[in-house]
Amino acid sequence: MDTSPALLGLIAEGPTYGYDLKQRYDRVFAGRRIAFGQIYAALARMIRDGLIVALGEEAGAGPARKRYEVTAEGRRHLEDWLRTPDVPSPALASNLFAKTVLALMLDDNADQLLDVQRAAHLARMRELTTLKHSAPLLERLAIDHALFQIEADLRWIDATSARLTDMKKELSADG
Amino acid sequence: MADLATTAPLIRATGLRKSFGPTEALRGIDLDIDRGEVVAVMGPSGSGKSTLIHCLAGVLTPDAGDVTINGTELGRLDADARARLRLKEIGFVFQFGQLLPDLTAVDNVALPLLMGGASRRAARAESYAWLERLGLGDQGDKFPGQMSGGQAQRVAIARALATRPTVLFADEPTGSLDSVAAESVLETMLDVVREARTTVLLITHDPRTAAYADREVIVRDGRLSGSALVGRS
Ligand SMILES: Nc1ncnc2c1ncn2[C@@H]1O[C@H](COP(=O)(O)OP(=O)(O)OP(=O)(O)O)[C@@H](O)[C@H]1O
Ligand SMILES: [Mg+2]
Repeated sequence: MDTSPALLGLIAEGPTYGYDLKQRYDRVFAGRRIAFGQIYAALARMIRDGLIVALGEEAGAGPARKRYEVTAEGRRHLEDWLRTPDVPSPALASNLFAKTVLALMLDDNADQLLDVQRAAHLARMRELTTLKHSAPLLERLAIDHALFQIEADLRWIDATSARLTDMKKELSADG
Repeated sequence: MADLATTAPLIRATGLRKSFGPTEALRGIDLDIDRGEVVAVMGPSGSGKSTLIHCLAGVLTPDAGDVTINGTELGRLDADARARLRLKEIGFVFQFGQLLPDLTAVDNVALPLLMGGASRRAARAESYAWLERLGLGDQGDKFPGQMSGGQAQRVAIARALATRPTVLFADEPTGSLDSVAAESVLETMLDVVREARTTVLLITHDPRTAAYADREVIVRDGRLSGSALVGRS
């Protein structure tokens, strides 16, 4: 997840102190805890880029004690970010794709490789589902998002494992 | 020293085979299920999931292999004894269409209790309590045709649980619901079964549904595969 625009969004909701920002971030984006260091780095960058300003700076006050407010430029930036769709992350599928193809080419057990990945995904879904059971609504939504993404991977795994025999034929025809 | 009664699995299937004409639906299945476990049964369409749970529940007789439930070997029972065991130990929930349309929700739930010999008054009181637990306290006098799909599935689950079965077999119980309704039905169902320590076999295509189980077994071409095998080897 993009940390900076997410922080910018929280600041746009109302001027906020660095310390509160971290608390709100951890609560709203449940399960994606962020270190203070990351927050300060992001705040410094956004000040440099004119997206936010630090208010009523007391001399020597650390970033946790400063209040931050969004600028007009920051609001435009945030709106752009909100309206731009994201590219789905292809990293996992492409790794698994490479492993599957190699396993087929090397006459290794591709079916088993997919089964292991499927089991790992299901185990992760089980963990998240257990967490979700007692979570407040906002957190449930965040967990749901993670669950749906894992589910998409699983569908790909199922579709692939149903076609392994055909893939194998095609690969040996190529070679 | 291990006590056999407490360490033996609640359900044990060994070498199950079942064919329909030329179709080999089950080709040798070994499976142990412990008391209180919630197990998801997954696998492609036509792989043998429904056939498997029908054999485990004694609805179908396997061509080969044995099923033992709670110490009773199903193959040794005659048809009457098997029917009695089903009534007493086993609950079933299907995808849809299992409620009697001419009976109210509460009378649908009361039906198996009446068949088990309860008085009408006791059966209705018990049935209202089950509907209440499944979040339908005020819906008991509705007919199935007046309920949403999610509500009807809750009634079906209440009916399956009302006899306090040892095992609940659920074949795609939320397969006809959208994901939010399915989630709410599943959460309620699992709260109730976990509290009662009911053992559950839950057939599903949906990994989100399977994620409510303690573990999954995957049926492929009439055999168990996937994580069950990988975990064991
Ligand atoms: N009563 C029957 N008569 C003939 N063939 C049957 C019968 N029941 C099941 N089969 C066959 O046995 C195989 C396994 O069927 P089964 O219903 O167990 O699959 P399933 O895994 O439950 O599939 P689905 O996910 O579609 O419900 C299939 O090839 C099916 O056509
Ligand atoms: Mg089926």
